[in-house]
Amino acid sequence: MKADPIALLTSLGHAVTSRLDRLGLATRFAIAVFSVLGVVFVRFGLIIRELYFSGVRSLSIVIVSGLFVGMVLAVQGYEVLQRYGSTEALGVIVALSLVRELGPVVTALLFAGRASSAVTAEIGLMRATDQLAAMDMMAVDPLARVIAPRFLAAIFSLPLLAALFSAAGIVGAWIIGVKLIGIDDGAFWSQMQASVDVRIDIVNGVLKSVVFGVAVGLISVFEGYFAVPTAEGVSTATTRTVVTSSLAVLLLDLVLTVMMFRGLN
Amino acid sequence: MNRSKFDLAVGAFVALGILALLFLAMKVGNLAGFDTGTAYVIEARFDNIGGLKVRAPVKSAGVVVGRVESINLDGETYEAVARLRISSAFRFSKDTIATILTSGLLGEQYIGLESGGVPEYLTQGDRVMKTQSAMVLEKLISQFLFNKAAETPGQTK
Repeated sequence: MKADPIALLTSLGHAVTSRLDRLGLATRFAIAVFSVLGVVFVRFGLIIRELYFSGVRSLSIVIVSGLFVGMVLAVQGYEVLQRYGSTEALGVIVALSLVRELGPVVTALLFAGRASSAVTAEIGLMRATDQLAAMDMMAVDPLARVIAPRFLAAIFSLPLLAALFSAAGIVGAWIIGVKLIGIDDGAFWSQMQASVDVRIDIVNGVLKSVVFGVAVGLISVFEGYFAVPTAEGVSTATTRTVVTSSLAVLLLDLVLTVMMFRGLN
Repeated sequence: MNRSKFDLAVGAFVALGILALLFLAMKVGNLAGFDTGTAYVIEARFDNIGGLKVRAPVKSAGVVVGRVESINLDGETYEAVARLRISSAFRFSKDTIATILTSGLLGEQYIGLESGGVPEYLTQGDRVMKTQSAMVLEKLISQFLFNKAAETPGQTK
């Protein structure tokens, strides 16, 4: 096929304008969602239901993953640390990498796969079966009734899940390091406590997962709300939620890490 | 599933999450430490602080009594000014000696305080008058070589 420069330019222009268009749509959608957030607190039962489906049902995958990640970190960390004869520092390495990075990031990725995809599919199907339009007809604002609770549930559950992930990971590392390998129990905890700062490490980790919660939650409801109302459209929207959320989390993590931890030492 | 079961599950979830946060704060970090308690800040000037960092521990007889709050360079005397945040539970005499020490061969650097015998104590904003700078490996080696070179003529006689 012969390359037509005009067609090439046109397709480039279309790609840019359609993406800009979508970005603008997402921004206006975000503003609209934020403006109805207050309504949700009046009907708190709506969030409870979403917290159950997004948060409680994600508990098992998050805790089990955290346990395994902590165990793997302990095995790999021990392997390197024993070369330098400083295996007691295992607790420090595991705790810092979990609390600062892996806890918030891996939990957000798991959450995107476990909960956000379901939210997108649910809202997309509501769109496809005209349930959102029906609500509008009954003067019920679908943004306040359907979108906002799911969005808030993501913001509430992610920090809690991330904390559970980190805690489970540290327990996993303790099982491997102290119980199986035989590092001194006191050194494991005391070195960890000496190096992990509550404000700098733990609070920043929680802040990270709140930001990830906003990003993942917003992406999932946006993709669902504007899904093409067909079976294929819903499946595309679900895929896009997982892909966009994962990329957004990793990109945001880089930005936040640079902002939070640059120039500490 | 009815409403109260949702409430129960979510309540358990939130409680579990908060417990995990408390676990991280108390057991993994050291919120229980004296960072939250009352403290006073003293100042120590060093010719060279080596690899000392902000938040490094301040120890006396090996016990952590505070943290390094900030490190600056005095533009006129070219001395490093370290501000040390000491827990109010500990008092040090006015003739305390502050030394920069290293834990282990390659470990982190910290400030050691050795209290003297004067019955007056350091208070907020005071300055530690006697300090000893960090050992810098290059200086030690060059000093060693210098001494060695000074000895050599005597040996070759």
